[in-house]
Amino acid sequence: MNDKNKIIAGLIVFLALFTFPVWYNLGKAAPAPEVILTEKAKEAKVCVMPTEYMRANHMQLLDHWRHEVVRNAKRVFVNADGKEYTMSLSNTCLDCHSNKADFCDKCHDYASVSPYCYECHIDNPKGE
Amino acid sequence: MESRRSFLKVAGVAALGLGTTPALKAVAASGEAGGGAPQPQVKKGAKALTAKQWAMVIDTRKLQTAADVEPLIEACNKIHNVPHFNNKNHEIKWIWETEFKHAFPDKSNSFLNESVEHRPFPVLCNHCENPPCVRACPTKATFKRESDGIVLMDFHRCIGCRFCMVACPYGARSFNFRDPKPFIKEMNRKFPHRMKGVVEKCNFCAERLAVGEMPACVEASQGAIAFGDLYDPHSPVRELLKENFTIRRKQVLGTEPSVYYIV
Repeated sequence: MNDKNKIIAGLIVFLALFTFPVWYNLGKAAPAPEVILTEKAKEAKVCVMPTEYMRANHMQLLDHWRHEVVRNAKRVFVNADGKEYTMSLSNTCLDCHSNKADFCDKCHDYASVSPYCYECHIDNPKGE
Repeated sequence: MESRRSFLKVAGVAALGLGTTPALKAVAASGEAGGGAPQPQVKKGAKALTAKQWAMVIDTRKLQTAADVEPLIEACNKIHNVPHFNNKNHEIKWIWETEFKHAFPDKSNSFLNESVEHRPFPVLCNHCENPPCVRACPTKATFKRESDGIVLMDFHRCIGCRFCMVACPYGARSFNFRDPKPFIKEMNRKFPHRMKGVVEKCNFCAERLAVGEMPACVEASQGAIAFGDLYDPHSPVRELLKENFTIRRKQVLGTEPSVYYIV
């Protein structure tokens, strides 16, 4: 037990290195991104479902749409207000939200999710 | 002793309470749904065409040369973003042309009449009534749609195992060995394309039927292809079947193809 000083010094160095990422990044957390709406989306005011629901559950809604369109041949969505929409990511969602980089990608990057929708679905259906 | 007894009593009541919470919540929720705001719904489009089993009759007498068949293939490829690969091994086929002896190997004699021998036969997925590809699919990515008998693919669920390609006796399925995007000549922005690693095939233009349009090849064929419900005795398909002798591809296998040929 004569190496007390060495052990303690070693432990301090170890702890400092081990916790380095935590204190190095302290206070540098990226702010939550604000989604940017296009003029068309602003004008429409409401999405297919209430904004709060869309914000939290758009992925479940899209999964549900996919299932109904592909498997049950039902392509029209009637929301609680009785308004009808064609269930299509490229042709309905991206018609209003045509700014994928500012609307979709920002939050997806922040949340570190990488949905593969755009491997097949066209991300700018209007060709802008 | 007294404290243990009271503890057990309290614990018992608490457990009962926890156990019944989901049931109570369900009752409360159903009450809300019943008397509250209308729920969102899904339905078919107003113009959607429906059938028990979609079928096709191809009058090959009206498609004598490659120039007659080419527009059908072009129309399909363009609408569905089918890529064009020069390498035969990577080829993606939805509808393509072949010779009689390859289309109908069980009906081919050594000495055929010349007209049939040299005629290009358009071939595509037969949308079988008993589809072997559906039985082979381990993920149910390909399925026979109950509502109209189309053998469809859910590309989202395809894992690219290619069992369906082995199971299909008609070679109607193609695998994306490469990313197809750079090989699509003209992108149809209304329709998705596919990605590397999935199988694809003809979908009988399910997306067009849903908005009241005939399949692209039928439209482009100028009357050479009839399309309709196999189980509606007055459909154009049944009228043609009544009047003409027709053949189907590899009928002996029992897959019950829905594409009929007038030779």
